[in-house]
Amino acid sequence: MTDIPLNGIANGTVARPRRDIGLKRRYAAERRFRIYGVLAISVGIVFLAVMLVTIIGKGYTAFWQTTATLPITFDANVIDPENKRATDPNVLITANYPKLAENALMAKLGINPDDKVAARKLKGFLSDGARAQLRTMVTDDPSIIGTTRNVEILVAANIDSAFKGQIDLSVDESRRKVSDQQVTWMKQLAAEGSLAEHFNKGLFTFGASSRPETSGMGVAIIGSFYMMVIVLLLALPIGVAASIYLEEFAKKSRLTDLIEVNINNLAAVPSIVFGLLGLSVFINFLGLPRSAALVGGLVLTLMTLPTIIIATRAALAAVPPSIRSAALGLGASKMQMVFQHILPLAAPGILTGTIIGLARALGETAPLLLIGMVAFVADRPATPLEPSTALPVQIYMWANEAERAFVERMSGAIIILLIFLMAMNITAIVLRRRFERRW
Amino acid sequence: MTRFFLTASAAAIALAASVGYAAARDQIQVAGSSTVLPYAKIVAENFGETFTNFKTPVVESGGSGAGIKEFCKGVGENTIDIANSSRKIKDDEVKSCADAGVKDIQEVRIGYDGIVFATDINGPDWALTPADVYKALAAQIVVDGKLVANPNTKWNQVNPNLPDWDIAAYIPGEKHGTREVFEEKLLAAGCKSTGALDAIKAAGQDDKAAAKTCIAVRKDGKAIDIDGDYTETLARIDANKTGVGVFGLSFYENNADKLKVATVSDVKPSTETIAKGEYPVSRPLFFYVKKAHLGVVPGLKEYVDFFLNDQMIGPDSPLAEYGLVAAPESERKEQREAFDAGKTM
Repeated sequence: MTDIPLNGIANGTVARPRRDIGLKRRYAAERRFRIYGVLAISVGIVFLAVMLVTIIGKGYTAFWQTTATLPITFDANVIDPENKRATDPNVLITANYPKLAENALMAKLGINPDDKVAARKLKGFLSDGARAQLRTMVTDDPSIIGTTRNVEILVAANIDSAFKGQIDLSVDESRRKVSDQQVTWMKQLAAEGSLAEHFNKGLFTFGASSRPETSGMGVAIIGSFYMMVIVLLLALPIGVAASIYLEEFAKKSRLTDLIEVNINNLAAVPSIVFGLLGLSVFINFLGLPRSAALVGGLVLTLMTLPTIIIATRAALAAVPPSIRSAALGLGASKMQMVFQHILPLAAPGILTGTIIGLARALGETAPLLLIGMVAFVADRPATPLEPSTALPVQIYMWANEAERAFVERMSGAIIILLIFLMAMNITAIVLRRRFERRW
Repeated sequence: MTRFFLTASAAAIALAASVGYAAARDQIQVAGSSTVLPYAKIVAENFGETFTNFKTPVVESGGSGAGIKEFCKGVGENTIDIANSSRKIKDDEVKSCADAGVKDIQEVRIGYDGIVFATDINGPDWALTPADVYKALAAQIVVDGKLVANPNTKWNQVNPNLPDWDIAAYIPGEKHGTREVFEEKLLAAGCKSTGALDAIKAAGQDDKAAAKTCIAVRKDGKAIDIDGDYTETLARIDANKTGVGVFGLSFYENNADKLKVATVSDVKPSTETIAKGEYPVSRPLFFYVKKAHLGVVPGLKEYVDFFLNDQMIGPDSPLAEYGLVAAPESERKEQREAFDAGKTM
């Protein structure tokens, strides 16, 4: 350092002013910091990309499902061999409907109906869901007995996986769930055009099922919807009212400080604790039904409240004091000031906080475990008082299944949940961009 | 402002109204073992499809212990009707049930489940005995007549016929019903057959302490407790190709293209060898029914009858297809008769 001025003098140039000393070093530091930042973001993006690629790669096939279109003869000899359906309505309910589908399939494949060996091998080709499907058709319209209709019937999950190419057919036949004979039949049907993949509507309408091909997220979507509505109806008004009071009306005292600390604390409490609270208060004490979306909604409300209160208080505090003074100066009451001036200006912030709180509640499973919502629920709930599950719960339940076909369904469910979450977060950002006021 | 308070009060009224509910639950509620869960789901689903006048039962998972605990909360609309269990209910659980008012419990045995050891599909063949398992995984074993901390680090130190793999066994965690079978049928049996039990007793431990020493699993990271279910064990085997996992028979059969199963005492596990009693590591599966709820919750009796029907748990039934080992004909008949007679514990 000391020889710099000497060199300057020796070269006949003017010595550099003192404040330039270290400029190079400071620029270098800034460049390094930028590189660190870019690296940090790239690491995050790489992980996100890996996650999305694996999930979408595994899950996109769940949106297609293989069905066999078969000309089903609603044979009165199979459905009602003793011709008693006029007097005994139970006949139509307990009839052997899978036999109808089996007969149609055998006819299509050109198998002799008396060939017991082939019939045995054919078992497990079509989904057992055919029973309920054909029964609904017959009970809805008994006049179709005796006629022949083309019906799209789901094939069993193993055949579906094989058709989608997810089963390695090169391994020994005894080690896989699909026999060589079934693969031959599958190819034969596909060549004739009666086996094809269609959009999987069932994924959105069916309830839980032990058969992958007839299981869907219908119950979970309804359950999550009920819970979000309950959370919105309860957490938003209560949270906003609490924060307005704390921020605008309450005098600062030890008590309000204590409340503030507690609210911040609650926001960080693990969600499972709210589940325990829900179990003891809502189910054991108030006697609300187990596994019901109502209880789930109440528990998630408790969990979301602190988030909403904190966001609302921040939004209220961000409104400049000049607005308050101006309103009061023009003769508005404190109540008019809050509701006519402050609240509208704080609304975008409040809504953003609420949506983010809701999105967090939508992805929550832990508190639902204790109130019995992590369950196998097959029937769609008509009211929030009936048992239901939730989207993340369905993902968890499918992740624990042994059958391979549930893996794609699990990934498909994750994709749907991610789409919901993304939609909510984008709404939050759009709302903030559009209505945010800068001072 | 008024809008806010209106919605809030409307919600509050809805809440208050729902508290008045609590009458007439018309859906069976089941909770418990994750091993029994797949079977219970199949039965529940078929029950809902067969009896169109009843709703499909709700089946929660969570483990045998958690299910029984929930079951023992009391009698009434907001308690569950059936607890699934992969082990027999314990005496203190029966007692806590009775204390809460659940006095009459009906036990139903649905069949058997086999527990298998499996390795990655590309590995060599494995032939284990309870003695090998004990010597590889117990916390303390007997070497030269003395009880020492388990020194074995590779499988071929335990038995020269086993491969030269580091010992890494993924075994069910302590809260699993499977753990008990693992301890009893493998560790305790191996302890006895290697003569370790006698040596431990000779070292001055009484019967109870010796039995406990036998089933203590080593805690040095070579035996890894899996508290999740078999999917997690499978993922661990995927990641560690020289790991050995403990699975249920049905789970193994569903993933036979990824796993290679080990014989135990030279018997290959299958529904046949388990039903015949040849394969040593199997256990009965149960569910427990609250007698007070029979006739109150619609469909409960029909559900149990349906479950016990040979169409469900017989040798050629959907449950057997999934991996349940059907009980012998006489035992199934006995279970049906015991339930119909209203036999309680």
